[in-house]
Parts: sequence; C-alpha cells; structure tokens
Amino acid sequence: MAFAIQFVIDVLSLGGAYALMALGLVIIYGILRLVNFAYGELIMVAGYTMFLTSGSGLPWIIMAVLAVGMAIVFGIITDYVAFRPVRAKSVTAVLITSFAFSNLLQNAALLFISPRPRNVPLPDIFSQTVSIGGAITPVRNLITIAASIVLLAAVAFLMRRTTLGIAMRAAATNFTMARMLGVPANLIISSAFALSGFLAGVVGILWIGRIGTVVPGVGLEPLLVAFIATVIGGMRSLPGAVVGGFLLALIDTTLNYTLSQDLLKFRDAFTFSLVILILLWRPEGLIKGPASGQRT
Amino acid sequence: MLEINDLSVSYGAIRAVRGVSFSVGKGELVSLLGANGAGKSSTIKCIAGALKAAGGSIALEGKDITTANPEQVIRAGLATVPETRDVFPDLTVAENLMLGAYIHRRDQAGNRQNLEKLHTLFPRLAERSNQPAGTLSGGEQQMLVIARALMARPRVLLLDEPSLGLAPAIVERIFEMIETLKKSGLTILLVEQNVNQALSVADRAYVMRLGAIATSGTAEEIRATSDLSAHYLGG
Repeated sequence: MAFAIQFVIDVLSLGGAYALMALGLVIIYGILRLVNFAYGELIMVAGYTMFLTSGSGLPWIIMAVLAVGMAIVFGIITDYVAFRPVRAKSVTAVLITSFAFSNLLQNAALLFISPRPRNVPLPDIFSQTVSIGGAITPVRNLITIAASIVLLAAVAFLMRRTTLGIAMRAAATNFTMARMLGVPANLIISSAFALSGFLAGVVGILWIGRIGTVVPGVGLEPLLVAFIATVIGGMRSLPGAVVGGFLLALIDTTLNYTLSQDLLKFRDAFTFSLVILILLWRPEGLIKGPASGQRT
Repeated sequence: MLEINDLSVSYGAIRAVRGVSFSVGKGELVSLLGANGAGKSSTIKCIAGALKAAGGSIALEGKDITTANPEQVIRAGLATVPETRDVFPDLTVAENLMLGAYIHRRDQAGNRQNLEKLHTLFPRLAERSNQPAGTLSGGEQQMLVIARALMARPRVLLLDEPSLGLAPAIVERIFEMIETLKKSGLTILLVEQNVNQALSVADRAYVMRLGAIATSGTAEEIRATSDLSAHYLGG
C-alpha cells in the first residue's frame, strides 16, 4: 500500500511538472506552428531571478512572484525579438532566431553570472518530508501536484470560458479567419507568449526546487521533456500536451522503480524506445488536434 | 459604399488580378462572376485584407482600406465569408458566434439581441448551440459562417461562393436567406460560379476573366449576353 501511494505521488508530481512544461510549449506551437526553442531559457530566467533576489531580504513568496513575472516578461521579449520580425517571412528563420535567442540568454547567464551552479532560495517546506499512509514523500512533491492541478484548471478555464481563450483556440485552428473576425494577431500571439512564460516560471520554481540550484543550461531538460510530451500527446492539442506529460512521467517513474541499478543510467534509452513505439502506433500523437489550419 | 479602383494582386511573379475596377452601391447586391481561376477569390481576399494589393485602391464608405489588415477591415464595417467555409471546428456553434461579435465584445446586450435575431433566421444554429461546429453538415456550416459574419454587424458583406459543394435544396435556402439579408438593407458583394442563382438575386454583375473584368451590367443585361458561357468555358 505504502509502495502504491509512493508510486502514485511520484507519477503525479513529475507528471504535473511535465504537463505544465508541455502546455507552455504547445500553446505557442498551436497558434504559430513553430517550436519556441528559447522556452527552456524562461525556466532559467525564473531560476536566476530567484538567485539574484535571494540577498534582498524579501519574503520568499515575493521572490517567487518576481521570478514568474520575469519569465512572463522574457516570454513576451522572445516574441518581439525572435518571432515577430521574421515569423511571416520564413519558418527556417524563426527556427534559427529562437535558437539564437536561447543561446544569447544562456551565454548572458554564463558571462554575467557564472557557469557554476548558483543556490536558489527555497522555503523550508521544500525540503521537508511527510508520511502519507506509510509512504514518506517530500512535501514539494505534494506542492507540485497541488500547483499543477490549480494551474491546469486555471488554463482550462481561460481557454474555455474567456473571450481571449476562445479567440486563442480559434487562432490555433485558423489564424487568418480569426483575424478576419477582428481578433488582433499580435495580441493573441503576445498573450500566448505571456501564458507560456507564466507556465515556464511556475514550473521553473518547482523544477529548480528539486535540485536547489540553477545553472545556465538548466532549461535544456525541461525543453526536451516538454517537446517529447507534446509529440506523444499530439503537437496541436492542449489536452494532448497534458496527457503526454503524465504519460511520460508514468514511463519514467515506472522505469525508475523497475530497472536495476546497472540499467538505470540507460533509462532515457528505454524511455525513448517506448516513445518510438507510441509514435509508430499513433504517428499524430495520442490526441489529434484541430483538423485543418495553415500557417499565418 | 465599396469602391475598387484598378486593383492588382500578385502571387510572386504571377498576376492573379490585373487592374480590376468595380463598385457596390449602398443596399445593392452586386455579383462577381467568372470561372475558376478568374481572380474572383483573390479579389475578395485582397478586399478583406488577407492578401496585399500589388496596385490600385480599395475604399469603403470613402475611407481608404487598401493597406488595412484583416482586423482593421472588419472594424471598418466589412465582413467576409471566405469560400473555404472556415468554421472553427473544435469550437461550439455558440463560441463561433461569440467570436463573430469579437469587435463588439463590450456590448453584450447588443450581441444577445443580434444573436436572437440570427437564431430566428437560422433556427438550426439555435438547436445546435453547444455542438462543436465541426460536427455540422456542410449547409449548416455555411449558415454558421454567414451568421458569424453578421454578428460583427457589418454594413458590407462579402460572400465568396456560398453555394460551393452544397446540395441544390440547401443552395436554394441559402439564396433565400441572401435575399432576406438584402431586403434588410445590407450591402452585399456575392462571388459565385452558380451564374443563374447569382443573377436571380443580384442587382448588377461583373464577369471576371483571366484576372480582369470582361463584362458588366445589370443582372438582366448579363443574362442576355450570349457569350457568358464562353467566359466560363474559356472560349
């Protein structure tokens, strides 16, 4: 029983984080049909904001809000710097500009802060453990689960019940038609980047909370995870991204529990093999996105 | 009301529309006819702001909208129903209609009133309010796209091939509805390949061929022109 509870908590907390990361990526992809390769750096920005404000004596929650705020700001900056100037002209150009922006931010962190890990302030509660039904689990896993439930519900509400959200979903299927109804393209895209930055910021805090430090390359793994989760789930479907995130977490956690110590270092190879099998079975991902849709 | 002057549209080196001029008066229903590839849809897309003009000008109620983007064109009072019948398939019928009123989103009372009016005009849409638009039949989708355009309360409506791919009985109903809209005082530019249907509702018509206006006149005059089929058969 304790084992089962432990397993479920692990899957849900990892899955929640993966799902939020994937959602942040797929929101941009859905509307622009472009992967934002600078997405991982938004997580890095959140981490360094925490590090840089750690000496300020501000309450932790204020630092966390600032970190999320900076991730949002950098999300919008990504749009202005890497996407807006070239997005109507060339897909290849956007691939390169978003890579370039990602590199720029990483190198700025290397140059102005340090290549070495920097400590991120975390409240005590992040390092405490709690016992549930005999299973001992870090409190931060429960926080991650709670945060992902709240955020997934909030995103679902935004996308289903608000005019902005419905306009974003419409723009994701047919951008030109949405514009013909008077939905301003730039507003929708900037909102998508802001939402993406918001999710990256929150995930950044939870993700970095596991390790306790931030390095310039911290965003690489989340970007990869988000990308794989969206590919499994279906590149253009928001529920798909969430399902993909949880499924990837289920695979990872199951392998963590079952692989022997020798094999554990090859876990990613096993994960990717399974991902390939899933894609052979369902090349378009588990949940198919909206049918039509052309690039702007 | 709508003045098109010497309009040209190019796709790279290919000129799809070459110096087209026509006008639509207030409350008029003008039809733009022509075979596939005559440049009708390019003209419409250009007026709607979805394509850039290579030359010439477009004016709506005396205001120049040649370089306006799609979101500015609808705000200026011109709504477009594209031929591709672009419903948002995974949004419900109600959500589609709600987005039609995007530019009036601060006037919820007015939108509700307008929606009620449209629901009496299109009772099927009222019945299917909560259904995803992608599950509607082709005819119902066409009605939805027209209703959605009307939610913007336009003064000019551009209809691009509303009869495309629909069963004759449904085409009949769509044209009845176009007449109703015309009677309500709406200015309409109707692009059609279905010449007889279009001429039965139109006041005037222009026939396009190879990107230029080949003939123009009142509906009767066009109907009487013997070489109309030649324009369609490319003779």
